[in-house]
Amino acid sequence: MKANKVLINTLAIAITFMTLVPFVWMVSASFMHQGEANQFPPRLFPETFSLEHYLRLFISMNIVRYFLNSVLLSASITGLSLLVNSMAGFAFAKFHFPGKESLFKLLLAAMIIPAQVTMLPLFLMMNQLGLINSYFGVIIPGMASIFGIFLIRQYISSLPDSLIEAARLDGATDFQIYWRIVLPLAKPILVTLGLFTFMGTWNDFMWPLIIMTRESMYTLPVAMANLSGEHSQDTELMMAGAVITVLPVIIVFLALQRFYIEGIMLGSVKE
Amino acid sequence: MKGKRLFKVWMSPALFLAPALLLIAVFFFIPVVVSFLMSFTDFDIYSLADSSNARFVGLENYKNLLSDPLFWKAMHNTLYFVFIGVPLSLFVSLGTALLLNSKLIRFMSLFRLAYFLPVVTTLVAVAVVWRYIYHPSFGLVNYLLSLIGVSGVDWLGNPNWAMPALILMAVWKNFGYNMIIFIAGLQNIPPELYESAQIDGAGRWQELLHITIPMLMPTTIFVSIITIIGYFQLFAEPYVMTQGGPMNATLSIVLLMYQEGFRWWRMGYSAALAFVLFLILFAATLIQLHLQKRFSTV
Repeated sequence: MKANKVLINTLAIAITFMTLVPFVWMVSASFMHQGEANQFPPRLFPETFSLEHYLRLFISMNIVRYFLNSVLLSASITGLSLLVNSMAGFAFAKFHFPGKESLFKLLLAAMIIPAQVTMLPLFLMMNQLGLINSYFGVIIPGMASIFGIFLIRQYISSLPDSLIEAARLDGATDFQIYWRIVLPLAKPILVTLGLFTFMGTWNDFMWPLIIMTRESMYTLPVAMANLSGEHSQDTELMMAGAVITVLPVIIVFLALQRFYIEGIMLGSVKE
Repeated sequence: MKGKRLFKVWMSPALFLAPALLLIAVFFFIPVVVSFLMSFTDFDIYSLADSSNARFVGLENYKNLLSDPLFWKAMHNTLYFVFIGVPLSLFVSLGTALLLNSKLIRFMSLFRLAYFLPVVTTLVAVAVVWRYIYHPSFGLVNYLLSLIGVSGVDWLGNPNWAMPALILMAVWKNFGYNMIIFIAGLQNIPPELYESAQIDGAGRWQELLHITIPMLMPTTIFVSIITIIGYFQLFAEPYVMTQGGPMNATLSIVLLMYQEGFRWWRMGYSAALAFVLFLILFAATLIQLHLQKRFSTV
């Protein structure tokens, strides 16, 4: 029993090393002097800490701009999508109207269509609307999400109807019921969905790559992909860029991980 | 009277649904239909300026696709990525879930956090980091191999090794997600099953084979389908790490679709590719539904 315990915990620690070493190396190499990461045998830690690559990214490359682009897009999509999806989720959960079930089923069925199918016409549409290289070109298609509606509907369905009926008897309008009663009660699911949306948007690559072709509109992932093509030998610089890209999502995740883990469970519950 | 009541019944939910449904219709359903129609046209860079330049060409794009060696290369690579990557990923997910679910483990939540961290990080950024890890002369992988006396490989520069290298990275990045779902599945298995097995004198292996794995079947079907769908959409890893090379060894369906559509502006052809991807995912989902039915009736 004792031997098993040691074995199991050692194995767990060994796997931890495998999952974390790339991050440790990324951070460590980002503080190395130019060229220090490109030697054999590789160094795990820098000889002296150097901020030169961070300074270069901040001063002579446009990283602040990319960072702000990412923040702006992720924050506005998160906020707007919570509003739009919670309204629809509320309607599906608490209203009875003809055709509700079939409409909801249609939406769920559409979830198997991969986003890539829509990208070509969506690009043409954005081109027509003059929204290439515009924040709106990313925000507008990112606002409504079937998965989000589904998640919120499931949660709101479990709230007791009596609450809503009582409020209605007190003369509350539907909008007041949604805003003052349902939304505050749905806070846990809103945090979960908000977290999913924020991180999903922050990490998203293909659509921003297609629509943000002007350098000043790049998000961090698009800028990273571009940088890694142009400066592929500049390992330390790449690692500093990677740190700046992943740090915000790691911080947000660590702060709210409980909600994230719960969200995976909710998302994996079959209808 | 009746008409008025129906209006009221519709009115309020319609207002709540309108923003979401309008957005989904305009920016999802219409593009899907347009994409389908586009796949029967020769929409290209000239049509981009004036869409009346696009002509209906019937099944031409699909015919060309089937005779395009690049398409078959991309299909082959994507299937390789899916059929090696998904089982490997599920195996690691299940293994780590069993490990973390063990009664003997200490600091379970810390380990869970460490295993899960790659899932939430930005794919493009970690792809850049892994490109460094796979570097033929300064990378960590070849250094570790040199310690045990194995000479290294140019992982991303060698057509035979580039895809396994991407698979390894993808497994590292994703296994934590399914691990979480497996842990929940394990915790849902009634403990009485194990108790009665122990009374019957079953060993650990027998418990695993006759209780744990059969009881996890619905979970396994569910995670395999979401993983298969995700792996079929391979794009950012080859885009950042190999640009589809060397010698197209990591060219995936979605990368080919991106290149045809947004680099060469052969959008009709690209739309046909997108629909082939859709058909594959559709078939995979049907198989899942079928399997789920079979296992829920057992």
